[in-house]
Amino acid sequence: MIKFITAILTALTTGAIYALMSTALVLVWRSTRIINFAQAGQAVLSTYIGYEITVRSESFWVGVLGAMVFGALLGAVIDRFFMRPIFKRIKSGPILMIAPVVATLGLLGIIQSVIGFKWGLTYQSLTAPVSTDGYTLFGRVIAFSPFNLLVVVFATASMLILTLLFQKTNIGLALRASAHSPEIARLSGIKVDLIRTLGWALAGAAGGLAGMLYIPSSYLYPNAMDVLLVFGFVAAVIGGLESLFGAVAGAMILGFAISFATSYVSEKLVFPMAFIMLIVVLLIKPAGLFSGKKSRRD
Amino acid sequence: MFTLTPSKKRTLFFVAMGWALLVVGDRIGELRQYQGSFVAMYSLAIASIIVLTGYSGQLSLGHGALMAVGAYAGALSINNLHLHPALALVIATFVAGLFGLLLGFGVARLSGPYLAGTTLALAVSLPTLANQFPILGGEQGVVFDVGLPPARFGENFSLYKWFFWISCLAVLLMLWLISNLVSSRYGRTFRAIRDNETAAALSGLNTGRLKVLAFAISSGMAGLAGGLLVMLISGVSPSAFPLSLSFSLLTGAVVTGVYSLKGVMLGGLVLVAIPEIADSLVTRIGGSEGFTATLPGFLVSALLILAVLFAPNGPGKLLHSFKKHH
Amino acid sequence: MSLVVENLIIDHGAIRAINAVSFNVPTGKLTAVIGANGAGKTTLLRGLSGLKEIKSGKATWNGESIVGQKAENLARAGIMHVSDGKSVIAELTVRENLALTGLWRKDKKDVAAATEEVISLFPILGERMSQSGGSLSGGERQMLAIGRALIARPQLLLLDEPSLGLAPLIVDQIFTSIKKFVTTMNLTVVLVEQNAMGALAIADEGVVLNLGRVVGVDSAENLLNDPAVRAAYLGY
Repeated sequence: MIKFITAILTALTTGAIYALMSTALVLVWRSTRIINFAQAGQAVLSTYIGYEITVRSESFWVGVLGAMVFGALLGAVIDRFFMRPIFKRIKSGPILMIAPVVATLGLLGIIQSVIGFKWGLTYQSLTAPVSTDGYTLFGRVIAFSPFNLLVVVFATASMLILTLLFQKTNIGLALRASAHSPEIARLSGIKVDLIRTLGWALAGAAGGLAGMLYIPSSYLYPNAMDVLLVFGFVAAVIGGLESLFGAVAGAMILGFAISFATSYVSEKLVFPMAFIMLIVVLLIKPAGLFSGKKSRRD
Repeated sequence: MFTLTPSKKRTLFFVAMGWALLVVGDRIGELRQYQGSFVAMYSLAIASIIVLTGYSGQLSLGHGALMAVGAYAGALSINNLHLHPALALVIATFVAGLFGLLLGFGVARLSGPYLAGTTLALAVSLPTLANQFPILGGEQGVVFDVGLPPARFGENFSLYKWFFWISCLAVLLMLWLISNLVSSRYGRTFRAIRDNETAAALSGLNTGRLKVLAFAISSGMAGLAGGLLVMLISGVSPSAFPLSLSFSLLTGAVVTGVYSLKGVMLGGLVLVAIPEIADSLVTRIGGSEGFTATLPGFLVSALLILAVLFAPNGPGKLLHSFKKHH
Repeated sequence: MSLVVENLIIDHGAIRAINAVSFNVPTGKLTAVIGANGAGKTTLLRGLSGLKEIKSGKATWNGESIVGQKAENLARAGIMHVSDGKSVIAELTVRENLALTGLWRKDKKDVAAATEEVISLFPILGERMSQSGGSLSGGERQMLAIGRALIARPQLLLLDEPSLGLAPLIVDQIFTSIKKFVTTMNLTVVLVEQNAMGALAIADEGVVLNLGRVVGVDSAENLLNDPAVRAAYLGY
């Protein structure tokens, strides 16, 4: 019984973090049609900034705010000054398919090198604002702490805010219209380029939040978010890259699958499980479990 | 009359290269021989990416993992099966090729970013598999002794020269085979698929099957490179195949010009040269430990971005367009 | 003269789709641009609305050049292009589709008023406000696309083959509506059509395009009665 409850709670926690990463990836995918591998670097750099702010201000929450603001700015800058020139230069030919993706990989490397230059490669610790010791349930300590609860609450809250933004506001409508059809949006007078940059900013903020919520349970070093990028990607693929709902749903499914596999079968199954789920979804329903499309040909 | 067909020209070229490398190998010191082996090995790995991405249009970020498959296959053949190293290299190639074939069935249908992400997941997760199975040696990996050069070469024949010879021979052989393939009908069909898959399918090509084939071939090449790596570092462990390896290989391929096999050696040289350049930069500028460790990665990434921006079709084309404008 | 096009050249890859085209569109009138498939009519509109790059030549609206401007800026300046292929976003509701052209406008009251006017012009839209754009029939989608453009209170309306793929009865309905709002809203309209007969019947002026060149400019009535035009485009 305890094992079951713990597995569920762990699933919720990890799923929440995956959801933030997959949301960031889906936001960029929908607006720019690329997978932004640099997301791992953006998120971890934002977390380093958040870390510095936390240390100086002695408040974790100010650090979170700082990480999110920095993440948003960084995302906007990358879209405006890095991605846009690249798309301008490379307009046709087979290179079009791989150039932007390869560029984000290069950017990832640069960001991580810059972090290495400034902060070094040693592992840092980011202390959580609340206890990371597990709660006691039925007299036993379980692997779910007050901090984990915080993570779930915060991730859920951000998802809700994001959904409200998209469904109920004018900016959200502009974001959706630009993602579905940039041409119709342009002809309606929507400044699609600006909107796209906004999408990148939101993705950057989500990444920064993900980092701040994840790192306290691990260590802070330049490659700390690489694994999360992979899981975020798998989650997005499972749910379907075309919708935010898919991103979150996919993340939850992945979280539950991994949690139960590691609790009941073997601890070492984390990566293999993720990979298996990825392949299974790609073979059965490549467009993602929650999408309406049939294939993945764009 | 002895006519010089393109394929005979190619063979001649490779024989000439082999002879030239033989001569060069005798004149350079042991350190360069060792580095030369790495250049050969990296060139092969880069060639494997060019075959997959440049010639059949599929982007892979996980070739480090494919090298690992070949590496472990080779290591186990020597250690557990006690086979001759040459045979081990062949096994490495085929095991990796088989793995690539199976993998290809799963992923060859995917388009750009999905394929990239999936291979990325592979690159991250495959090396950790070594921890699951004790036979693979876990974190420490498998260490072994590749033995000394055959006695008939005499006492002064250094181990590193032996490595150099083996690497160059293996790589030249493989590249010769592949360049023949690429110039053949198969090569044309691969290119057709890369340039316009719908058109290719409409003209009757079984695009799915061909893409899987490209995957298998590319994996086999990477596996051979992995086998060579294992021999060069006398052991294999997960830490020899970090994510940065896959990225470096991709960079080498883009810098070389991802659409042509012609400059693979350049890519290999670049990859081996970068840590050296980084080292000398550090001694000149001075810097913390963090700086030293991250500089190579920085240079690789910067090079990748510059290559993509300014020479996306390779340095050859860049020179070509430079000449046109001046 | 409000829309003045002079020696316009637009390339589509290696093809010169629009080759030194010149014509004028008088204010407040409906000008039909007719021609066979591939004459370059769609390319012409896309060039005028900023979606396609103009290689050379002049195009001015009310004296200001519209060459090299971004599509969204031209839209905000009062040039609305209803592109072909039923430019409706299937995943958004009818209400959301209609709202797109009002998002950037400051006068929200006028946007609401304009929306009301469009609904009275096309009542079927009012019944389908909460349905997704993708669930509409072809004719309804065309009305939605046109309605969305009208909400922006445009001065110049570029219509690209509104009759494409629609049943004759619906085509009649749409053409009648277009004629109606041209007069009531004092719009300048460029109507590109393969359906030359229907277009010329409601138009004031006409331009005939063939293979990227202008082969005839006249009043719509004259063109309708011109034997050469009748033979080539009207089928009798």
